[in-house]
Amino acid sequence: MEVDKVVCLPRLSRVAVCGGTHGNELSGVYLVRELLKEEKKAMEEEEEEEKPVSVVLVLSNPWAIQQCRRYVKTDLNRCFTHASLNGPLSDSAPYELIRSKELNTLLGPKGSPEAVDLVCDLHNTTANMGLCLIAYSDCDWICLHTFKHLQASTSNIPMRYIHFDVPKEESYSLDSVGKHGFAMEIGPQPHGVVRLQIPLFCLFRFYFSGTIIEGGFVDVFTMVKHIDYPRDSETHNIIAAIHPQLQDRDFCLLHPEDPLFQTFSGETLRYKGKEPLYPFFINECAYYEKGIALSLARKRRVMIPCKGTL
Amino acid sequence: MSAYKNSVCFNEARRVAIFGGTHGNEMSGVTLVNLWVKNSAEIQRKGVETKPFIANPKAVEKCTRYVDTDLNRAFSPENLSAPGGDDLPYEVQRAQEINRIFGPKGSPEAYDVIFDLHNTTSNMGCTLILESSKDHFNLQMMNYIKKAITPASCLVLLNEHPLLKYSTSRSVAKHPVGLEVGPQPQGVLRSNIFEAMRVILKHALDFIELFNEGMEFPPCTVEVFWVSERIDYPRDANGNIIAMVHPNLQDCDWEPLNPGDPMFQTFDGKTIHYQGSGTVYPTFINEAAYYEKQQAFVTTRRETLVASAIRKA
Repeated sequence: MEVDKVVCLPRLSRVAVCGGTHGNELSGVYLVRELLKEEKKAMEEEEEEEKPVSVVLVLSNPWAIQQCRRYVKTDLNRCFTHASLNGPLSDSAPYELIRSKELNTLLGPKGSPEAVDLVCDLHNTTANMGLCLIAYSDCDWICLHTFKHLQASTSNIPMRYIHFDVPKEESYSLDSVGKHGFAMEIGPQPHGVVRLQIPLFCLFRFYFSGTIIEGGFVDVFTMVKHIDYPRDSETHNIIAAIHPQLQDRDFCLLHPEDPLFQTFSGETLRYKGKEPLYPFFINECAYYEKGIALSLARKRRVMIPCKGTL
Repeated sequence: MSAYKNSVCFNEARRVAIFGGTHGNEMSGVTLVNLWVKNSAEIQRKGVETKPFIANPKAVEKCTRYVDTDLNRAFSPENLSAPGGDDLPYEVQRAQEINRIFGPKGSPEAYDVIFDLHNTTSNMGCTLILESSKDHFNLQMMNYIKKAITPASCLVLLNEHPLLKYSTSRSVAKHPVGLEVGPQPQGVLRSNIFEAMRVILKHALDFIELFNEGMEFPPCTVEVFWVSERIDYPRDANGNIIAMVHPNLQDCDWEPLNPGDPMFQTFDGKTIHYQGSGTVYPTFINEAAYYEKQQAFVTTRRETLVASAIRKA
């Protein structure tokens, strides 16, 4: 295999950085606000640097940000399917549906040549996941090289690449609006709190540097399935919590018969799958309503060739 | 007859309430109370009527801290006597209803004890919250609980500050006891936090049973962290936060903060240092719900209170 052969990356000329797609995930909100301040300052000082690249900074869901809530009427990050974006808007359309179309106009249209080259969407999770890059693809060189570069420049936080194997036509999140895109998820952080800073600054130099980028491998975690909490058949309320031996053990291999949940009467419920899988999004607050206590992934190694830009 | 001089007598504590969901997204209390509403065997004690109660059902249903206004700040005399019925904010109406059921606040008919269950995103561990330094019944209860859970720890936070004290839902009772366990994100249920809260309540109810049976509790000392000052985040002219709690301070609830120690870190990496005149003990560090209340953390000072011997009247 010609791992040493250099293949050229398409040049990135428009990159979008989005924060506050969920209004209470504050790392992205604060980062984008700071970047907007710096951008304003640079404009006022009339810095006339030749910029080969434009960065579009977006606070995706301003109403939810103002209220410090995940969303106002409906989850914005599920509103970017082709059907939602191209469908008609009724008078009573939820706020987020209207906003998704605005964002599609600003950063897309999704699927067209006018769309931005890359959407980087910033999120937080209450799960102990460290820093994760989440993408629909396991072979998009931009996503993979971004990940490798982040890994090389960030030593104080564990990093993983998560792959949601969803076909392009069915993609639903904000990052699917650009020609390329990924979500950056950092945790654990309670919603409504800012603790963790996203190491984004190193990325800009990387994208626009025009240097040769080394190849290598990336361990990709491909999502296989979700597991819901055990629930009361009548009230649908949860009747168990994530087991203490599983809590905070994102990406530690879960074997058949390992503890999964502990009921409120102290009983242990065990993992009944046949295949050992990697759990993640363990006890993510926002997923209680989506019926997800944890997600499970398979891990495999993906080789990527060296890249350079034109 | 008492074995101790200056022993204080209290009536038997016959009516006790356990409030969950005063804040609708603090899940340990919500889950425990729902459990006990279904099956109260675990909280029954001889001679005591123990009522589990969801304080803010609308907020619980939406898994949000509150709907119109913070219920745990709503029990002021003005609110409790405000006319207006349905036009009042939901939580003010609810406060009046709670005052009718468990109060009236300040009257002989009020419930003897209310335990109010809370979670915090701060790394506070198990914390008991006291509203009066002169409540010897509560001081003795807290001493009992601390001894019962040793070597695990449970600290006592005393909020008697004239300006920072607020009108809590539990303040309707003669002996209000706040129970704050963290760290836990809002809307999340963590097994270890849930169990810790459950154990503390068990010991609290045991204490009440023993007291009602006639046990006399000898004088004791209780170390408390006395609320001193509220410190806000540094903000810009528009009121936006411009710095985070410094990594050296994050999660260091109850540890000494000395003048000159790092306190905040701006988003471009500069450190802001604590400028107080002496060592303080910060807590409620980076509590999510307090961003809107202009509070990054509170400072406390360590004091030792002396509790008189107590027995039932």
